[in-house]
Amino acid sequence: MTYKLQFAELLPYWDVLLHGLIFTIVLTIVSTIGGIAVGTAGAAARTFGPKWLDPIVAAYVEIIRNTPFIVQLFFIFFGLPAAGVKLSETAAAFLAMVVNLGAYSTEIIRAGIEAVPKGHLEAAESLAMTRMQILRHVVLKQAFQKIYPALASQIIIVMLGSAVVSQISAEDLTYAANYIQSRNFRAFEVYLVVALLYLLLAIAARAVLRGIGRVIFPKA
Amino acid sequence: MSLVSIKDVRKSFGSVEVLKGVSIEVGRGDVVAIIGKSGSGKSTLLRCINGLETYDAGCISVDGIDVGKTRGNLRDLRRNVGMVFQQFNLFPHLTAAENVMLAPKVVNRESAHITKALAKETLAKVGLSDKADSYPSQLSGGQQQRVAIARALAMRPNVLLCDEITSALDPELVSEVLRVVERLASDGMTLILVTHEMRFARDVGTKLVFMHQGKVHEEGPPKPLFASPGTPELAQFIGMQH
Amino acid sequence: MNDFSFWVILSNLLLATRWTVLLSLVAFVCGGAVGLALLFARVSKIRWLDTATRAYIEFFQGTPLLMQLFLFFFGVALLGIEVSPWLAASLALTFWTSAFLAEIWRGCVESLPKGQWEAAETLALSYIEQMRYVILPQALRIAIPPTVGFSVQVIKGTALASIIGFVDLTKAGTMLNNATFRPFLVYSLVALIYFALCYPLSWYAHRLERQFNVAR
Ligand SMILES: Nc1ncnc2c1ncn2[C@@H]1O[C@H](COP(=O)(O)OP(=O)(O)OP(=O)(O)O)[C@@H](O)[C@H]1O
Ligand SMILES: [Mg+2]
Repeated sequence: MTYKLQFAELLPYWDVLLHGLIFTIVLTIVSTIGGIAVGTAGAAARTFGPKWLDPIVAAYVEIIRNTPFIVQLFFIFFGLPAAGVKLSETAAAFLAMVVNLGAYSTEIIRAGIEAVPKGHLEAAESLAMTRMQILRHVVLKQAFQKIYPALASQIIIVMLGSAVVSQISAEDLTYAANYIQSRNFRAFEVYLVVALLYLLLAIAARAVLRGIGRVIFPKA
Repeated sequence: MSLVSIKDVRKSFGSVEVLKGVSIEVGRGDVVAIIGKSGSGKSTLLRCINGLETYDAGCISVDGIDVGKTRGNLRDLRRNVGMVFQQFNLFPHLTAAENVMLAPKVVNRESAHITKALAKETLAKVGLSDKADSYPSQLSGGQQQRVAIARALAMRPNVLLCDEITSALDPELVSEVLRVVERLASDGMTLILVTHEMRFARDVGTKLVFMHQGKVHEEGPPKPLFASPGTPELAQFIGMQH
Repeated sequence: MNDFSFWVILSNLLLATRWTVLLSLVAFVCGGAVGLALLFARVSKIRWLDTATRAYIEFFQGTPLLMQLFLFFFGVALLGIEVSPWLAASLALTFWTSAFLAEIWRGCVESLPKGQWEAAETLALSYIEQMRYVILPQALRIAIPPTVGFSVQVIKGTALASIIGFVDLTKAGTMLNNATFRPFLVYSLVALIYFALCYPLSWYAHRLERQFNVAR
């Protein structure tokens, strides 16, 4: 009844794993860029935008933050076609990720913007800067510097959460794991190895983000 | 003609009237020192001049621009009016030079070449040429405040407003900032300063304004006023400072 | 089509919500207990204990919850124990929750001034006593808002248990969708129910945090 772990049976499938790994990395990078863009726009709208926009952005943020990612994914992939918007697995996965990270980063960036001291806004106003100029040159850079660590950990959380996209057959790392274990019936070994790959990915992503942070914010 | 003209300005916060009809004329090259007790409305008045605060009645004009009629378009006004704050308010994510270059770059759209020259020139003027690449957190309070002055000067304002710019400083750092301001005064810059430095007000000011309970209680050339105050309130206020 | 009216769908979803709530409670309570043990180990000055705890936390925070569910589901079976999705999900969510709570609480403990530890030590309290009487009572106050906030993550996390066959709200949604072919309606309702569970907690956590900031 003793079970022998046999990792060698994974070897023939290395290319499947590699394919999944690359998909997950690309998915993370694209959704990071898209999500931060959405988040910046959302945060700017909430703090510097017209009043009527505020409740709309707030509703978006709260709905996303208070429902599971998998339900958002299913809604986009299964639900939207019923409303006439049909997306491929890959497109749905990317869209769901951007929408999800966008909501979290809206909140994070907004907190950063609100932490900018009022005196700095007045100083910038006194220098004849417009609202947009103040936002761009005084507020956003400071805000980003302040919230960069929070944003970085949210990116990692979202990356790990992306494992769920395998459930709509987007071909990420978890999809690769599911595929391999359905062939070699070594579920535990496969998932252990893939879990460790995710761990390495998380550690690498953290290092890369820290490096980027050091380049963008030399002082911090 | 006055550079800054303040006529019968009134301002309330809620039901409290903070400015109760203030009038001051400031000529080109004047150095106006505003003194008065805490809460007498000095900061509020200063902030009305560059539109950080709106006023309810009266009229303020700077170099022909009617502050009350700008309808939120304060750009031209603020190009002409610099301001230095008690708390410095330097932008912490920018170096000293970047703090100075920011407004010329984005507001006046000056070329990189010109903004660099401006930073060099204004930082030299405040004696901080060697700190151009330092971040605010790496500077002492006095140095930060001098950068803030350079930042305001880089817009080449016609008038500079200073609100208790030495009050947040350790005593030993006060004089380095005051020396810079004194230099500006002798170069002919028009200055309106709220200050608690009585000696500075007397020696550098060309005009003293004593605010009391939201009004200009007394004004005139500093030296005679300090020597013989015309009202018991000013006499008491000056007495209190020693 | 009529046998699956709106009300039938909704009532089935609400019935399945029980299991989402129950699994969340189990994960949160058990995860909190394990997390507290981890916290003691993490801030103790015993080197190997601290290192081991760090590795544990790194693993559960650095890998997808979905992988952890798979590992428990397939791993426990290797030990020759019959696993139900319910057991695997409870275990995985408990460990996952404990790692996050331990880190949140450690942040609270470490935000206390060093002098508190030193003062307690000077009074000859043991390590456990220092924690019990001096550190935790203070840390608790600051820990409540982020802990309540994390409960939202736990509820959302339970949705992944559906993937290993646990019939919770999400799984019920999938089953109802397969039966009715009304994905827009079904998943809207599923999202709405999750929102109804999570939003009050988010709101409450936010309010607590604000109160705390004012009090400070
Ligand atoms: N934004 C505001 N809202 C409400 N009241 C205000 C506001 N700003 C100032 N005040 C009130 O207006 C009065 C005058 O304030 P002001 O800051 O102009 O005084 P000051 O002469 O500059 O005092 P200090 O020497 O303490 O700086 C004070 O009673 C103050 O409480
Ligand atoms: Mg003041």
